[in-house]
Amino acid sequence: MIPTHWFLILSAILFAIGVCGVLTRKNGITIFMSIELMVNAVNLTFLAYARQFHQIHGLIFVFFVMAIAAAEAAVGLAIFISLFHHRATIDVDEANLMRW
Amino acid sequence: MNAAFLVFFVVGTIAVASSILVVAMRNPVHSALFLLLTFLCVAILFVVKDAEFVAAVQVLVYAGGIMVLFLFVVMLINVRHLPDDRTLSRFWKGGVGVGLAIFLLLATVVRTGTYHDQNPNKKLLRSTASHRVRKVTNPDGSVTRKRVVRHRTVGNSEAVGMALYQDYLVPFEVASLFLLVAMIGAIVIGKRELSAPEEETSPDFILKRMETEKDVKEAMSA
Amino acid sequence: MTWNDVVFLLPEIIISIGASLLLLAPVVGWRQRETSAKWSMLILLGITALTVIGCSYWVQEIPQSRSLAGMFALDGFAIFFKLIFITAIAMITLLSDDFLRESRYSVWEYYSLLGFALCGMMFMVSGMSLISIYIGLELMSLSSYILAGFFKNEEKSTEAAMKYFVLGAVSSGILLYGISLIYGVCGSLNLLDIGRALSTIITNDALMFGVMLLGAGLCFKMAAVPFHVWTPDVYEGAPTPITAFLSTASKAAAFSIFARIFYLALHDFQLDWSNVLATISALSMVLGNLAAITQDNVKRMLAYSSIAHAGYALLGIISLNSLGLRGVLIYSLVYVFANLGIWATVLMLRRHEYGGERVDDFEGLSRRAPFWAFAMVIFLLSLGGIPPTAGFIGKYFLFAAAIQAGFGWLAILAVLMSAVSMFYYLRLVVAMYLREGREADVAITRPLQIVAATCLIITLLLGIYPTPLINQATESSRWIGARAAIIPHAGR
Repeated sequence: MIPTHWFLILSAILFAIGVCGVLTRKNGITIFMSIELMVNAVNLTFLAYARQFHQIHGLIFVFFVMAIAAAEAAVGLAIFISLFHHRATIDVDEANLMRW
Repeated sequence: MNAAFLVFFVVGTIAVASSILVVAMRNPVHSALFLLLTFLCVAILFVVKDAEFVAAVQVLVYAGGIMVLFLFVVMLINVRHLPDDRTLSRFWKGGVGVGLAIFLLLATVVRTGTYHDQNPNKKLLRSTASHRVRKVTNPDGSVTRKRVVRHRTVGNSEAVGMALYQDYLVPFEVASLFLLVAMIGAIVIGKRELSAPEEETSPDFILKRMETEKDVKEAMSA
Repeated sequence: MTWNDVVFLLPEIIISIGASLLLLAPVVGWRQRETSAKWSMLILLGITALTVIGCSYWVQEIPQSRSLAGMFALDGFAIFFKLIFITAIAMITLLSDDFLRESRYSVWEYYSLLGFALCGMMFMVSGMSLISIYIGLELMSLSSYILAGFFKNEEKSTEAAMKYFVLGAVSSGILLYGISLIYGVCGSLNLLDIGRALSTIITNDALMFGVMLLGAGLCFKMAAVPFHVWTPDVYEGAPTPITAFLSTASKAAAFSIFARIFYLALHDFQLDWSNVLATISALSMVLGNLAAITQDNVKRMLAYSSIAHAGYALLGIISLNSLGLRGVLIYSLVYVFANLGIWATVLMLRRHEYGGERVDDFEGLSRRAPFWAFAMVIFLLSLGGIPPTAGFIGKYFLFAAAIQAGFGWLAILAVLMSAVSMFYYLRLVVAMYLREGREADVAITRPLQIVAATCLIITLLLGIYPTPLINQATESSRWIGARAAIIPHAGR
């Protein structure tokens, strides 16, 4: 059996890459993809712990996280489309109608 | 070194590499495709951890649903050809630094492996993860209700299903509300009125629109 | 799931069914009937409120559901906050009425989304497991993202939605990672189990980091300082009634869930996080109040003021004593009503969709609408915590709790910063009373009057005679207080 902490380190790597993406990219959609990476890293952690404890709760949480990620994707992309209609760009740095 | 280790290393490496590419790729379509690869790798890792059902759902929801949505939107809003100097935000060095710092922190934190194992039961550890909780009422004259926990070796899908429809029934229903809200939101925000509102037919609006389209074309040819 | 559990969740079931039914109204040809939408929403909220009160009598003895993995509790704390949320949403419905009438957006979807947001808040505040809390939180946030961008033809509204959404999604990712680490250390997602596990295990890095990430995610929702960047922009860009929603109901929900998690699950983990949270609280108060001084836009000013108020509310959470818990309850109620009153007044000044926003717009209000100018003064005094108003009671409890818990320096800072906050609140008062008014007219409609008057009565009445509120807060916090083993009147 693969040790739990290997999974945890892999998940930490994915999470960190996701954070990097959120902080470095300007394109709204790529930022959102990086957020999905972070969420996937969390799923991996939950699964590793669920196996460690032999509990079903961790697995169930992964389900809910997936459902919520799907819903967020739909809403987020709709918001980006709406922004694109106004701006013809989805650069988050260009969203400067109000001061950040 | 058995097969599981090999799979973990190979798939894990691919996952890390492709997730780096998700962040590094200039073209959002390429990013999306690498994201798809990462999702599939994570699904394989789920299988390695004996969570077949979750893996299947991962493929269906992420690879099937979310990715299609991403690609659809990327294609719909034509952002593939942005000038090169505009992909990274001004703070990209700081961003990479923060990412590295977070990784180091998380790695030191989780590597020490100080988990609080509730069930150091060897027998339980050998059984598959699926335990099943059943509520049994004992009507022995009185109406005392007793909760009998029964561990049983079943398949992953069955275990998840039982938990989802018993203990987690309410959150499950809330998740359906979630999807409803997402649907309303996507329609309310994303929809453009079929009968174009006044401003969209006003000359100013159309002029502005044409200008932006020209800009995009220029960017494409550049 | 048994019938007994249904009682625990009856209010949520009713509001979710009702909100879904609101969506069906356009199908039967009621799309244009704004008034029916408003009344349907108000009736729905009324039924929900009655159900909450009814259920509270039913489940007095065992406030935690036995099946459903003990995931829901209908204790006094939850009931108190649910009633605050329902009242706040009812007032926001009234505030939205004219606002929506002038725009061409569909009202039914709007109210339905408000209903779903309320449903999420109610699930969240009675959640006893990190799963149910997370799901409720996300249902609330998702509805808020949509509502912030609801006026999609306004560029500002869309931009606000985008900022809120991106930062919100990042913060929920961080929150999730925190939950996963806590789960990894404690082996459970149930708050009481986490509390039990933490009392037996030694603090370790993973737990520390998990709690920090969880706290960061929650701080985002309540807009405390390092995670506050979204607040001014989203408040400014969102439609004004939705700004009112974000700054009252949504904020009170964040306070409540912060208090529940930290009082029930992390009380044995106090020393490690309380200093970090104390820093966050201090930063929020200082930065929020100082930044508010420089603002000319009322919405942005109130946004910074709400950041400062998050700092005050954190005092009640860090202090971790019964005074602090009561303080959070009282303060949330007082803050919600004072703020709703202010938003009602801001909406009275509206001339088009984004009017009534600048401090200049308030000039000469005392002559145009003397009574409402006076009400505005009372609300501002209440936010500042000046004695004859209810705000004083809330701040008194929070500051006393902080002193009792040994955070004297923080309490002193809070008092100082309250004094600073009076500076920018008085700027509005000066504009209303001492400046010449312009010709701008005010739109004082019946719904706005009802909201402002109700808030005024509550703010004044509870300021002058606070005993019922204090008793109610003591009663409501009893169950959590007993679980958290708070020793009354003894600093920990």
